[in-house]
Amino acid sequence: MSVDRYEAVIGLEVHVHLASRSKIFSSSSTAFGEEPNSCTDPVCLGLPGALPVLNRAVVDAAVRLGLAVGSHIRPRCRFARKHYFYPDLPKGFQISQYEEPLCEGGAVEFRVAGESRRVRLTRIHLEDDAGKNIHDDSGVSFVDFNRAGVPLVEIVSEPDIRSAEEAAEYMRALRTLVRMLGISDGNMEEGSLRCDANVSLRLHGAEKLGTKAELKNINSFKHVREAIEHEIRRQAVVLDRGEAVVQETRLWDPERGLSQSMRSKEHAHDYRYFPEPDLPPLAVDQDWIEQARASLPELPESRYRRYTGALGLSAQDAGVLTSEREIADYFDAAASACAAPAKKLANWIINEVLARVADPRALAAADLPVPPVALAELVDLVEKGTLSGKLAKDVFGRMWQEKRRAGEIVVSESVAVVSDAGLIEEICQKVVAACPDEVARFRAGQGKLLGFFVGKVMKEMGGKANPKTANEILQRLLG
Amino acid sequence: MAAPQVKGASIAELADGVRAQKWKARELVESYLDRIARLDGRLGCYLLVDADGARRRADQIDATVAAGRDPGLLAGVPIGLKDIFVTRGLQTTAGSKILRGFVPPYESTVSARLAAAGAIALGKLNMDEFAMGSSNENSAFKPVHNPWDLERVPGGSSGGSAASVAASLCAGSLGTDTGGSIRQPASLCGVAGMKPTYGRVSRYGVIAFASSLDHPGPFGRTVEDVATLLEVIAGHDPCDATSIPSPVGRYRQACDAGLAGMRVGVPEEYLQAGMDPEVEAAVRGAIDEIARAGAKLVPVSLPHTQYAVATYYLVCTAEASSNLARYDGVRYGHRTAEASSLEELYSKTRGEGFGTEPKRRIILGTYVLRSGYYEAYYGKALRVRRKIADDFRAVFDKCDVLATPTSPTAAFKLGERQADPLQMYLADIYTVAPALAGVPALSQCCGFTKGNLPIGLQLIGPPLGEEAVFRVAGEYQRRSDWHKRLPEDPS
Repeated sequence: MSVDRYEAVIGLEVHVHLASRSKIFSSSSTAFGEEPNSCTDPVCLGLPGALPVLNRAVVDAAVRLGLAVGSHIRPRCRFARKHYFYPDLPKGFQISQYEEPLCEGGAVEFRVAGESRRVRLTRIHLEDDAGKNIHDDSGVSFVDFNRAGVPLVEIVSEPDIRSAEEAAEYMRALRTLVRMLGISDGNMEEGSLRCDANVSLRLHGAEKLGTKAELKNINSFKHVREAIEHEIRRQAVVLDRGEAVVQETRLWDPERGLSQSMRSKEHAHDYRYFPEPDLPPLAVDQDWIEQARASLPELPESRYRRYTGALGLSAQDAGVLTSEREIADYFDAAASACAAPAKKLANWIINEVLARVADPRALAAADLPVPPVALAELVDLVEKGTLSGKLAKDVFGRMWQEKRRAGEIVVSESVAVVSDAGLIEEICQKVVAACPDEVARFRAGQGKLLGFFVGKVMKEMGGKANPKTANEILQRLLG
Repeated sequence: MAAPQVKGASIAELADGVRAQKWKARELVESYLDRIARLDGRLGCYLLVDADGARRRADQIDATVAAGRDPGLLAGVPIGLKDIFVTRGLQTTAGSKILRGFVPPYESTVSARLAAAGAIALGKLNMDEFAMGSSNENSAFKPVHNPWDLERVPGGSSGGSAASVAASLCAGSLGTDTGGSIRQPASLCGVAGMKPTYGRVSRYGVIAFASSLDHPGPFGRTVEDVATLLEVIAGHDPCDATSIPSPVGRYRQACDAGLAGMRVGVPEEYLQAGMDPEVEAAVRGAIDEIARAGAKLVPVSLPHTQYAVATYYLVCTAEASSNLARYDGVRYGHRTAEASSLEELYSKTRGEGFGTEPKRRIILGTYVLRSGYYEAYYGKALRVRRKIADDFRAVFDKCDVLATPTSPTAAFKLGERQADPLQMYLADIYTVAPALAGVPALSQCCGFTKGNLPIGLQLIGPPLGEEAVFRVAGEYQRRSDWHKRLPEDPS
C-alpha cells in the first residue's frame, strides 16, 4: 500500500451544542445528566398538537459564531423539516435548515505545527438534537428525550482539509472558538461537539475529486484523527487494487478502531426536505447583527497574532495561552497590571498557574487563589530584584495555598532578597576564608567553581542573597 | 327556577340564564347529557362523553355564580370539542385508531380559553380520521349521521361538531377547517361555522393535519353564537409561532352593524352552470336579499380558482405525510403486538393504525416531497398558492366581502361517494381557495332543498376581515329564519 501516492480531501460537518438554558423550540431545560425524560415537554416529545417556537437566544449565539468566522448572515432564513424514522426522533423529522441557512461562507483559521491554515466554511445552520437510545443487556431498548430539542449548530466546511491531523486541529480550533465566544462548553464527553467527516482520495496533482465516503459518529479529537487515518488507509488499499471507492455512509467504531458500512448511495435517505410550516421565516436585521458584533470578544487568532507580534511571545507559548478563553483572559488581565516582559509572565502562567488547575476554565473563578493582578505583582517583584526566581516560586506556592498576596508575604516574613552589599561582602569574605583549597583551584583556572562559592553564600544567607550582587563581590574577592 | 329548554337554545340565552340564576349550569349539563344519552346512538356525534367532568365543572360555575362572581362570557354553556383538540387527562384520538388510548398531558390553547370563559366541555366529537374527509365516513370509529336525514352524511371533517350543534347535543362546538372542514359540514347540517383568518386562532394543541392550512374555528346555531365563541378563542398565543398578534375584533357588535356602504363581491367562478340548481337558487336568493339590505353587489373574478383543488391536494398531502410521521408506536397510541425489527415495528404499527384515507395521503405526500420532485410538485403548488392569494387580495380592493355557495350540493347519502375519492375531493371546490389564501370565511344556512336538506351560503372576507363577514352574516340572518328551523329529534 502506498498512502503517499494519494492526497486526502476532507470536509467536516461539526455539530456543536449551544449553551442555552432552554431548548431551541420549547421551554424545558437543556441540563446534562438529569434523570432520563425529566427535561421534556410536549414540544420536544413531539406530542400531537405541540408546536415549535424559536428560542431567540439560540439564534443570537449562532449569529455571533457566524460573525466570528466571517460568514454572511442571511437577513432572512428558513427552517426546514428533514424526515427519517428513528426511535430517538420524536416528530419523525428534525427541524433543521436546508435551502436558506442562517450563515453562509466564512472561514476558520488555525495552525498545524506552527503553520497557519484556513478552512473555508460552506454554511452554519441551526437545528434541534434528537434524543438518545439506550439498550440494556436483555435486548430491551429505551429512549431518553432529555437531549431532544437541545440547540445545535451544524458547521459545514468546504473540502479544504488535507490530513487527519489537520482535521483534528480544525476541530480543536472550532472548540476553542465556541468556548471563547461563550456559546458552548464544547464538552466532548457530554456530546456537545460531534462530527461527521467526508473523506476522498485523489492522486497528488489531480484536480478531480475522488469518490467520498462519509464517516459518522466521531466525537473526540483522538477519534477524528484515528477515524480519518483509518479511512485514508482503507481507501488507499481499495485504489491500489485498482478498484473504485464506494460512495457510502460508514459508522466509526472507536472501540474496535474501524468503520463499517451503514448504507450505500442507493440506500441513502431521502430526507424529503420542505420548509417548516410551523415557523415563520426568521428575520435577522442589521441592528441585531451589529449588537452581536459589538458583543464579540477578541478571537483566538487575533490574540495569537497580538501575542506573537507586539508581545513577542513564542508560537508555542501563544498557542497555549490562546487554547482556552480563560487562559487568554487571565494572561491579558495579568499583562495589563504587570511591568515585566510578557514572556516572563507567560512562563509563570504556563509553568506554575496551569500546573495547579485541573481544568483551565477554573481560571475564570472569582475565588481563584492567585488572581491575575496578584501574579502580576509577584512577577514584578522578581523583575525589580526583590525576589529571586527560587524565592518567588516558594512565595507563589504560599500565595496559592494561603490565598495571600506576594507583597504581604515578603513584608511580614522578610523573605525578600538581601541586596545590602556590605552584608553580602561580609558573608563572602567568611566563605572565601573558610575554603582555601577551592580558592586555590579557582585561581588556578577552574572558573566554574564560582557556582560553588555562590551556593555557599546563599546557604549562609538562607537563599535570600541577591545573586547578582553576590556574584560580583565573589569575583572581585577571588580575582 | 325555570327548566331550561336546550333544544335550539342560543349560547347567549343559556349564559344569560346562568348568570341571572334563571337556571343552573348543572341543569344545562344534565339536559344536554340526557339528549346525548337518548339521541346520540342514532347520530354518532360523540366519541367520548365526559359526564363526570362536565358535572364537576358545572358545579364550579354554579358556585361561582352563587358567590356573586361572573364566571365569564360563556357562563355554564355546554360545548363540544372536535376530537382533534388535545384535552388534558381526556383521551384524544383525532378519529384514528393509531391514537387510541392516547391521554394528553396538556390542554390546547383554545379549549383552555373556552374553559376560562366559563364554557363546559361535554366531550369529544367525531371526525374524519386526522380531519381527512368531507363526509365523516373516514372516522375510524363510527360514521356521523346528518340530523336532517339520518341516511345522509353530515359533511366533514368536523361532522360531529356540525351535527351535534344542529341536533342540540351541545350549544356550540369547535372544529377545524383545512380545506373546508368547518364550512362544508356547517352547510350540510344547517348551522353556522367559521374558518377565521389563518393565525387568528391558535393551533397549539390542535393535532396537525396540514400545518399551513389548519384553521381552528367555532360552530353555532346562529352567527352571533359563532361570533361569541370566536371572541373567546381568537387572539395571539405565544405557543404558536404563526399566531397573529393584532387585537381581537368585536365580532358580536359587527353582527348588528348593518350593511351601510358594504360592497359584496360575487365571483363568477363560484356560480357557474352545472351546479345543483336548488343550491344555486338558494344562494342567488340570499345574495339578492343581501343587496336588498343595502349592500352593493360587485361582479368579480378569482381567475386561479380552477387550480385550487389540485394545489390544495399537493400542499395538504405533503404536510400530512410529514405531520403523521410521529405516529410510530414508540411513545404513545397504538403499537403493534409483535415486531421482530424496528422497521417491522413501524410498518405494522402504521399499517394497522392508519385508515385508508390517511394512508392514501401519506403516500401521495411522500411522493410529492421526494428528492428531485420537490420543485415540480410542492414548489409549484406554493407558487400557485401565492397566485390564489393574490386573486383574493386584488378582489378585496373592489369589495369588502365575497358571497358564494359553500358546497356544490346538499348532504349526500352515506356510502354514495366513498368509492370515488376524486369526486369527494372535487366537492371541496368552493372551500379550498379561501383556505389556501388563509382568509376568513363563514358558512350559514340560506335555504333548504325540497327534500328538507340545508343549503349553505359562504361569506369570505379579507385577511383579518372577520368583522366585515359578521356584518353581512348578521344582517342576512336577521332577514331570514332558516337558522330557526330545527331538525326533528331522531326517534
